[in-house]
Amino acid sequence: MAFDPIIKPEDVRASASLTKEIRAKFTWDDARAMLDGLPGGKLNIAHEALDRHVAAGQGDAPAMTWLGKDGTRRDLSYGDLTGQTARFANVLRAHGLAVGDRLFGLMGREVDLYVAALGTLKAELTFSPLFSAFGPDPIRTRMEIGGANALITTASIYTRKIAAWRHELPSLKLVLIVGDAAPEGCVALGPAMAAASDMFAPVPMDPEDAALIHFTSGTTGRPKGAVHVHGAVAYHVMTGRYALEMRAGTRYWCTADPGWVTGTSYGIIAPLANRVHMLVDEAEFDLDRWYGTLQAERIEVWYTAPTAIRMMMRAGEYAAAPYDVSSLRFLASVGEPLNPEAVVWGNRVFGRPFHDNWWRTETGGIVIANTQGMDIKPGSMGKPLPGQVAGIVERGDAGLRELGQGQVGELALRPGWPSMMRAYLHEEARYAKCFVDGWYLTGDLAMRDADGYFWFVGRADDLIKTSGHLIGPFEVESALIEHEAVAEAGVIGLPDETAGEVVRAYVSLNPGFEPSDDLEKSIRGLARKRLGAAVAPREVLFRKTLPKTRSGKIMRRLLKARALGLPEGDISTLESDES
Amino acid sequence: MTDPEIRAAFLAALSDVAPDIDPATVGGGDHIQDDLELDSMDVLNLVATLHKALGVDIPEADYPQIATLDLAARYLARRLAS
Repeated sequence: MAFDPIIKPEDVRASASLTKEIRAKFTWDDARAMLDGLPGGKLNIAHEALDRHVAAGQGDAPAMTWLGKDGTRRDLSYGDLTGQTARFANVLRAHGLAVGDRLFGLMGREVDLYVAALGTLKAELTFSPLFSAFGPDPIRTRMEIGGANALITTASIYTRKIAAWRHELPSLKLVLIVGDAAPEGCVALGPAMAAASDMFAPVPMDPEDAALIHFTSGTTGRPKGAVHVHGAVAYHVMTGRYALEMRAGTRYWCTADPGWVTGTSYGIIAPLANRVHMLVDEAEFDLDRWYGTLQAERIEVWYTAPTAIRMMMRAGEYAAAPYDVSSLRFLASVGEPLNPEAVVWGNRVFGRPFHDNWWRTETGGIVIANTQGMDIKPGSMGKPLPGQVAGIVERGDAGLRELGQGQVGELALRPGWPSMMRAYLHEEARYAKCFVDGWYLTGDLAMRDADGYFWFVGRADDLIKTSGHLIGPFEVESALIEHEAVAEAGVIGLPDETAGEVVRAYVSLNPGFEPSDDLEKSIRGLARKRLGAAVAPREVLFRKTLPKTRSGKIMRRLLKARALGLPEGDISTLESDES
Repeated sequence: MTDPEIRAAFLAALSDVAPDIDPATVGGGDHIQDDLELDSMDVLNLVATLHKALGVDIPEADYPQIATLDLAARYLARRLAS
């Protein structure tokens, strides 16, 4: 191994929440015992996150410190958030929304987004967060699949990305606009909240009732809406404690946006349900702002992402030198595998290593993790958390075969943990395909070493992970062929030092169009308008034809192998080649 | 380089990285991320494109100084002069 293990000092090991004793006797009932619940075996995520702390006399305890882009600062207590979310629930009721209705969130990290998420759950609606930097196409697709009944957004986003097609989505009854004024046909949130009561008891839900829909990309076809339930909160509380060292009052900063699952599970639910004091920064990554925030807010637990860590590395260690970050006691990373250099760099600069962990939208929470009590093998995702059974498997004609240590295969999990998805919305067949012989197949290739540590090897499919965002090539290709010049498109991810991968597109042109720099920019420009910067390709390459199978499928795998100068593998299905 | 030349070079680099933006509509105070919707990878690509075009190496800590056209014009002029 190129990197030596990082051995934890005895005092750090002793401070860990997750001990060998807990691991040895853990059952899911232990996780459920971390909740208060509601009478009759019911519960509500919003009750666990907010109201129960107020009931326990902690209404004045700090819940959230919010830093605005413009330097504004807001401090909200558990009592404040409980009252605000009650107002929001009452606003939904006043507009006739009730159980089973779905509210979508589409805005930056403003306080109202956090209030809306929990207020929605309080009022027994389902909440579905969308990434606000998405272009109109991904937004519309997801709201159509989800049958959106309500939306909370900003006037600017509404005007630019929604207004043009809003009336083509008949299910959409209510559009809430943050602030005091709203475009025609929308409701301004400010006055509506002011007029609403700040009392609303969270509706008792069955643990299996739907709470959240997180959209995730597929290799083929439309995005999938992974459905998560109220009972998932047991897993969020437990993993917040064991994998992220959250305790009541912990000063915690999750840098993920709630438009993605990390920003909801560990940017809203897990921290509040553990009664931590969380920091929310509205601004995007900025080197000095981030170091300054770690210092000024005396952050103890910091959950961030590889792209941000690598940007800090690019700036060099001296950039960190002026800042006192000694308050940090636990650092974690997720989104894509964290390269070993970054783990070691963190240990040198912050005096603590980054603890990489692995999970995905479908799992709802952290599954495999490097925890505080473990020595770190830089580059490894760690070991399964208590209750989780992970295996490395190989698909064959006779079903799945479990592989031994050191062998590379698909990472698979035994289903049954509380935050596992319960369905892909309207897509039973796609959901059923994820499960074989009692295993949930993750689509990631991995290896388990002799000490039980898991190592990410690659993806088993064509999905692209860029800056922590999972991107389906099909969705990008679909937008590209809407350009009048583009006949066919194939989209792949190429390795990138900072982003993990970047999106590259290959296109063939319709008759009458010739490759040129202007055309490349025009195609890329259209893709950015429709998809948003995070999803659109960073480069477009012209080809006369694209490599295809007999059935006409573009062989992305082959495009990628050639781009990387790797062996082409099995090309027996290749019918017409690239030119 | 004159101020108009620097501004033109900045806008050319911007539209290379983000061809969805019409340079003619970019206001001097528009924030490249908040208003023009560049993401952090775009910002890195913008820095690389500016480096190629103007030969100015922009360290990470200075990124806030190219956040708008007006800021960038001042910053790049200073860097080109030194």
